[in-house]
Amino acid sequence: MATDLLERPETASPTTTTGEDTQVLVTLTVADQLCGVPVLAVRDILGEQVITRIPLAPPEIAGSLNLRGRIVTAIDLRRRLRLPPAPPGQARMSVVAEQGGELYALLVDQVSEVLSLDASAFERNPPTLDKTWAEFSTGIFRLDGRLLVVLDVSRLLALSGEE
Amino acid sequence: MDDLLSDFLTETNESLAELDGALLTLERTPDDAETLGFIFRLVHTIKGTCGFLGLPRLERVAHAGENVLGKLRDRTLIVTPDIVSQVLACTDAIKAIVATLSETGAEPAGDDAALIVALNLVASGEAAGPTKAPVAGAKPPPTESEQFDALVDSISGGSAPPTAVAPPAAVAPPVAAAPPVAIAPPVAVAPRAAVVAPVASPAAVAPPAAAASQAQAPAIPVAAAQTIRVTVDVLEDLMTLVSELVLTRNQLLQLARTQENGAFTVPLQRLSHITSDLQEGVMKTRMQPIGHAWNKLPRLVRDLSNDLNKKIELTMLGAETELDRQVLELIKDPLTHMIRNSGDHGLETPAERKAAGKPETGNIILNAYHEGGYIILEISDDGRGLAVDRIRAKVLSNGLATEAELAGMTDGQIQRFIFRAGFSTAATISAVSGRGVGMDVVRTNIEKIGGTIELKSTAGQGTMFTVKIPLTLAIVSALIVEAGKERFAIPQLSVVELVRAQRKSDKAPSEGAGNSVIERINDTPVLRLRNRLLPLVSLTELLALGVEDKAESAAHVVVAQVGQHVMGIIVDRVFDTEEIVVKPVAPILRHVTMFSGNTILGDGSVIMILDPNGIARASGVGAGSESKLLRSGAVDAQVSSDKTAMLLFRAGGSRRMGVPLGLVARLEDIPRDKIELSCGAPVTQYRGKLMPLIAIDGGIDQETPTQPMLVFAEGDRTMGLMVDEIIDVVEDRLDIELAGARAGLLGSAVIGGQATDVLDTGYWLMQAWQDWFRGVPRQGAAAGQKHVLLVDDSEFFRQLMVPTLGAAGFRVTAVSSAAEALALRDAGTMFDAIVSDIEMPVMDGIQFARAVRAGGSWAALPLLAMTAHSDMETARLGREAGFTDYVAKFEREALVASLRASVTELVSA
Repeated sequence: MATDLLERPETASPTTTTGEDTQVLVTLTVADQLCGVPVLAVRDILGEQVITRIPLAPPEIAGSLNLRGRIVTAIDLRRRLRLPPAPPGQARMSVVAEQGGELYALLVDQVSEVLSLDASAFERNPPTLDKTWAEFSTGIFRLDGRLLVVLDVSRLLALSGEE
Repeated sequence: MDDLLSDFLTETNESLAELDGALLTLERTPDDAETLGFIFRLVHTIKGTCGFLGLPRLERVAHAGENVLGKLRDRTLIVTPDIVSQVLACTDAIKAIVATLSETGAEPAGDDAALIVALNLVASGEAAGPTKAPVAGAKPPPTESEQFDALVDSISGGSAPPTAVAPPAAVAPPVAAAPPVAIAPPVAVAPRAAVVAPVASPAAVAPPAAAASQAQAPAIPVAAAQTIRVTVDVLEDLMTLVSELVLTRNQLLQLARTQENGAFTVPLQRLSHITSDLQEGVMKTRMQPIGHAWNKLPRLVRDLSNDLNKKIELTMLGAETELDRQVLELIKDPLTHMIRNSGDHGLETPAERKAAGKPETGNIILNAYHEGGYIILEISDDGRGLAVDRIRAKVLSNGLATEAELAGMTDGQIQRFIFRAGFSTAATISAVSGRGVGMDVVRTNIEKIGGTIELKSTAGQGTMFTVKIPLTLAIVSALIVEAGKERFAIPQLSVVELVRAQRKSDKAPSEGAGNSVIERINDTPVLRLRNRLLPLVSLTELLALGVEDKAESAAHVVVAQVGQHVMGIIVDRVFDTEEIVVKPVAPILRHVTMFSGNTILGDGSVIMILDPNGIARASGVGAGSESKLLRSGAVDAQVSSDKTAMLLFRAGGSRRMGVPLGLVARLEDIPRDKIELSCGAPVTQYRGKLMPLIAIDGGIDQETPTQPMLVFAEGDRTMGLMVDEIIDVVEDRLDIELAGARAGLLGSAVIGGQATDVLDTGYWLMQAWQDWFRGVPRQGAAAGQKHVLLVDDSEFFRQLMVPTLGAAGFRVTAVSSAAEALALRDAGTMFDAIVSDIEMPVMDGIQFARAVRAGGSWAALPLLAMTAHSDMETARLGREAGFTDYVAKFEREALVASLRASVTELVSA
């Protein structure tokens, strides 16, 4: 059993690519599940935003928002992961990522800290994992008392227009 | 590709663009040593650089061309159209090689031997001698003799110079991969045309273009030092940044408006100014004269004229008009196609032209100018015009419309079929046009960039296409609307008008002539708009924004024009218009065709931009629903025709009032001290006579030194109606809601967006001259009082005309439709004359006239047409249908005069 590896890089030191045995993740919560996305994939973290609904768009698309003059397409992570919709009135945060020159915001319930995790705590997806989750997860980190699902941002954003 | 090569390509492309122009100038002015030197230098530079870069094939071609030019420069040869054709063939070959070079980075494989031989022959003076009669007529070139023989056979009679024929045949293979400009036929025919008509064969180049290219030669060294080359990407980035800056500025300004914060106002204003200037500056870097899109056209027309054996003169006006380079790129192809069409189909052959009494040389005129944020491009020719009969036949055979539908269409509507997909104007496919790119493609391309295309064609006199395109695609003006609690932007260009309407519950019956009610046919919403049905689309339903509020709530209908279709988009609210920067939507949303982009508004919110084309497609308006098309085409015509110029003024307190401008004789501002009292009533001396004055509110005790008034006149009688203030003249449709219980008013209408009382002129005339209506009839009393039938669907107009005609001495019976009128005829009522409106629902004036003339007791009556638009075409149609005369609506005097004339004619007859 690996020891607790909860480290908090207090300074914004560029240790994001420390050796091969650590992975730096932005942790977030969606429907009470702790998840993480590689910090390098994240452009911005936003608080509650005004989101314009886009009619006729795929259900996963929550709308678009204005990020310093750029239009960002917001994707509801709960819907993407086939989770029940957020309770009304709940403030949501966004993790902004870039794909193919376009900006996307992943709507999540809560963004917490940035963790640097040792690769030894990493495990592949258990074969029994729900298909939807297995599709978007690259693996699981065993944390102290909790499990952290590492999300694959590029797969999350690979929404084909035809869906 | 290394830098050296790419630099070379950039430079060579520029040179080649100039070469064509310069060569044509040379052809017109063979003695122009400066142009010749300029051409020689360009070709020489290309050749020299090729050798340096190791491009042997290009070098050989350029070298052969240079040889010919060298001989010309040394005056060993004299410039003839044949030689120019040869050199042009050489530049085409160079272009083809350069094109492949820039794609693949390597020279294409191929053999230019034939071309080079031909050029060498020309250079040696054997091919095209200094005189017009070819010297080397009998001497075949050493190679390609077989092809040559075949060609000579084909043009037996053979005054054509043989070498001029051989090269093109030989040129064809290597150039096959090149753009279609370099096809062989143009060159092959060129010499023939030159022999037949040596004077006219060179395509006439527009004077400005020629002047420009002449001026270019000496100016180049100077210009080069003052310009730098910047990649388009840099400019695009700058443009994006500036757009963002503009948006941010707008946001700031909106914030500042709500907050009283003195400290920021001044710097903010300054920021605003600088931003505007910056935006303008950056826009300017993207602006290019439209002439850049035109520089290939003189060449095209020259080739066309040779190819088709027609004499064509191309005149280009407004080449300096600037527009965004992105737009410029996009209109190049449609433009080329249209010019080709004009030359090929539009213009007749010299013989035909002569027979038609026109000068042999046909004109194609290209005119560009700015008009309110748009560029207007006119392409006109003085050719035969569009053959309506042939289009009609083609429409029928292609099943685009039925005979019955066509019968109800005007020539203009039929001509517009050429913009329809599946309609090719070319009966036979020629080398020049009819290659599958029809006018529908042109239209689609123009509409893609938010433009419109219209055409006007008169048989025997020519055709004119008018293209309207936005100056830039980056910033557009858009109308902001709301539907289902969401806001959307609709590009202003496609918005024709806004109509306020009422949503009606399904069961309630239609309440007569109530104002704009959205009705439903089996759940499909429609709107009666000026007596036509306008197909409606509910934005809320279309975009699945929730359930459409079907209760009796107010709604707005945005009448949008999509190509030739008109449709109404139902929205809940309409905000103002805003300048928006169009941004493409994210790739995952591209499949939603209803949106053309999105943008950020001044308040920082993201908003989707609706694409009227997409909406039309999604809702079935457009291709596939012919009946809708026809009806909406008619609506289109209606929109323009039903407008009336209204004079707006303020009187009687601050009420806004209006009167048709046609009824007002003059507007005057009379000094108050000139107003006198006569028998207790105000009068003034006006043009040597006393003119009674009437005030709408009864009093004239105003402080202002002058009194504005409307002067009405009839014969030598005048009357002044004193008003508080004259506001404006507005072109608007008159939809009167007849609530006019007050004396002196016909009712109220919405004019220029505001409720306006419409004046009952007859009432006020009566006030001034008690005998106004009694006095005049005496003039016509000798002939007895004539009985006139007035047919007009407009309640307002009948209200207006009955007293007017009554005043002129006629007894008037007014009916609201042709059917009612015919019922009167069948009942045996007799009149002395009939006055009828043209635009009427169910049976229009033309059909009515036909019905009257067809027989019955009225067949010989004078029949006068009134219409809001009195162009020649409608007048002709009207006469054919049996109308005696044609009068513009609201021209009261003209109508009365015409009526009197026709009635007395009848009496004397």
